Amino acid sequence: MSLSPGIYFMSGNSAVAEGAIFAGCRFFAGYPITPSSELAERMAARLPRVGGIFIQMEDEIGSIMAIIGASWGGLKAMTATSGPGFSLMQESIGFAAITETPIVICDVQRAGPSTGMPTYVGQGDVMQAKWGSHGPYEIIAVSPSSVQECFDLTIRAFNLAEKYRVPVIILMDERLSHLYEKVRVPRKEDVIIVNRKLPKSKKNFLPYLADADLIPPMPPIGEGYHFHVTGLTHDERGYPKIDPEVQDRLVRRLCDKIRYHADEIIDIQTYMMDNAKIAVVAFGSVVRPAIKAIKLARSKGIKAGLINLRTIWPFPEKIIREYAEKVHTFIVAEINYGQIVHKVRESVNGKAKVVLLPKMGGAIHTPEEILNEIMEAR
Amino acid sequence: MPMEFVDHHIRDKYLKVDRLPHIWCPGCGIGSILNAFLLGMEKAEVDPDQVIVVSGIGCTGRVPGYLNMDTFHTTHGRAIPFAVGLKLARPDMHVVVFSGDGDLVTIGGNHFIHAARRNNDLLVILVNNFNYGMTGGQVGATTPTGAITTTTPYGNLERPFNIPYLAAAAGAVYVARWTSLHVRRLAWSIAEAFHRKGFRVIEVLSQCPTTFGRRNKMPEGIDMLRWYRDNCVIQHYADPKDAEIVPGRKIIIGKFIDITDGVETFEEKAWNLVRKFLGDRIEIPFRKGLRCPKEIPG
Repeated sequence: MSLSPGIYFMSGNSAVAEGAIFAGCRFFAGYPITPSSELAERMAARLPRVGGIFIQMEDEIGSIMAIIGASWGGLKAMTATSGPGFSLMQESIGFAAITETPIVICDVQRAGPSTGMPTYVGQGDVMQAKWGSHGPYEIIAVSPSSVQECFDLTIRAFNLAEKYRVPVIILMDERLSHLYEKVRVPRKEDVIIVNRKLPKSKKNFLPYLADADLIPPMPPIGEGYHFHVTGLTHDERGYPKIDPEVQDRLVRRLCDKIRYHADEIIDIQTYMMDNAKIAVVAFGSVVRPAIKAIKLARSKGIKAGLINLRTIWPFPEKIIREYAEKVHTFIVAEINYGQIVHKVRESVNGKAKVVLLPKMGGAIHTPEEILNEIMEAR
Repeated sequence: MPMEFVDHHIRDKYLKVDRLPHIWCPGCGIGSILNAFLLGMEKAEVDPDQVIVVSGIGCTGRVPGYLNMDTFHTTHGRAIPFAVGLKLARPDMHVVVFSGDGDLVTIGGNHFIHAARRNNDLLVILVNNFNYGMTGGQVGATTPTGAITTTTPYGNLERPFNIPYLAAAAGAVYVARWTSLHVRRLAWSIAEAFHRKGFRVIEVLSQCPTTFGRRNKMPEGIDMLRWYRDNCVIQHYADPKDAEIVPGRKIIIGKFIDITDGVETFEEKAWNLVRKFLGDRIEIPFRKGLRCPKEIPG
């Protein structure tokens, strides 16, 4: 079954796989792509032993559609990919969003655009994760920065997917996927595992009638519910409706079910932010040199702290806004030419200075680079 | 004699009647094919609650929305991979993919051949109307050479797929072709295919007077049905290579391939692997009670 409690030494890719199995994932469909392939390999070896199914599909579109199908078949399901494959999955992410299908996608980011540098790190999929499919919708994205977090946040990703009936993206990066670290696997009884809510009765059942929490119960197949699931705009009966009013009601609910629960979903981590005047905002692998840079800055008497965006989407606007009252500068360090910096700027809304510290991909920031930026901002 | 009005149909119980009337044009063949499907399901004596119907996008993609069953209308070309995941998760269900030619063998062609190669346990009803009807009649991978469509105003330069040949070459274990005219045999074939396992393909040639027929000298639905009446020859176990549709030549219909006995499905292999590790600790419900109904009448 899933790993017994204890200390293990493993890579980020393996930790996501083990976290998924721990969370109850019993279906994986994927297509080989560097640097995520080891995740699929681990699932291929592990899933049959825990009562699950692994299938390598013909492409990434097939992979994500297969996990959406498996999720409707009642299994917790995930796929893993990297930039080019993630691009191919976008249409289906929109389909999962409108049909409210719980799925987990691990995107191990590499240096793009296009084929870019497959074996080198990147963080260029941050905006794509939120906006990649057409139309208005919301998803959840988490971003681990250690192998332990790969394990923990994967469990969380499944819980969020099941609870909110939404695609959840684990925004990993190459550096973390290939990093080997210690992982503490907890006891089953110490971890909360969330399963989707099921309808209470078939009588007058409407498949897309949401409860007060804006989330409709998810019916199982083969039990006589006779429900229809469509990517077309649909009413509470699940019937296609080409009607602006129905569209308004549906899209608002799809977005609001995430927005209204943002405080519950958002789980960010701060480091030495209590009296900080300069905030470094980072996520994924960059968190690690950032912590070192903060320590160096503090040793020089500079009041710097770190905001680790463990939840990237929904974006923790409120938290950033609150810190904007306390710090004079935000330094956004990301491995791209400016993506999440836009969200930071929007949240800060002119209350503090926002500086982008970009990396084009291929390497993570050194602590010195971040320290230099902190010194500049002082 | 007073006229008797009939406000219901014998197979209404399988339909979401509150969704009618349907969207299909007058003279379209999809309605007849849907009726044949329901008749086939009835003949097969399978529990409709255990039949899950999946489609992609297009005119035929709208079929599941009218069925009073558990149904899925997915994205364009992706009904098969969705069904692959669904069926693997629930091997006890009959999973039917009911979609069009543009959806299944043009945009979704890659999934089609790979599911056939893997022998995924799916029954595919592929309605071939030779063009993209819903978007206004553009050329597709099944449009006959020379045919006029909105994107081949000077005639189609391409050669179409021969679907039985494609399915057979990719490894489908049950391959048949019927038309929207041969509804009785089609229903029998569907009933028979319900009781087979593995990747099963039934191509159904349909008529699309609105966007295909009227540009190709068959302006009414009945004109295309006449084409089928005058040109189709039923020839079971014909070589699928000979099934190419060339205007002016005979069209071979019938059952081409039926080799499902003893061929393991991907679902069986995948779940048997689980069983190898977990033994009796896991209960795997495969589809039960498969049997061979009466042979399709000649």
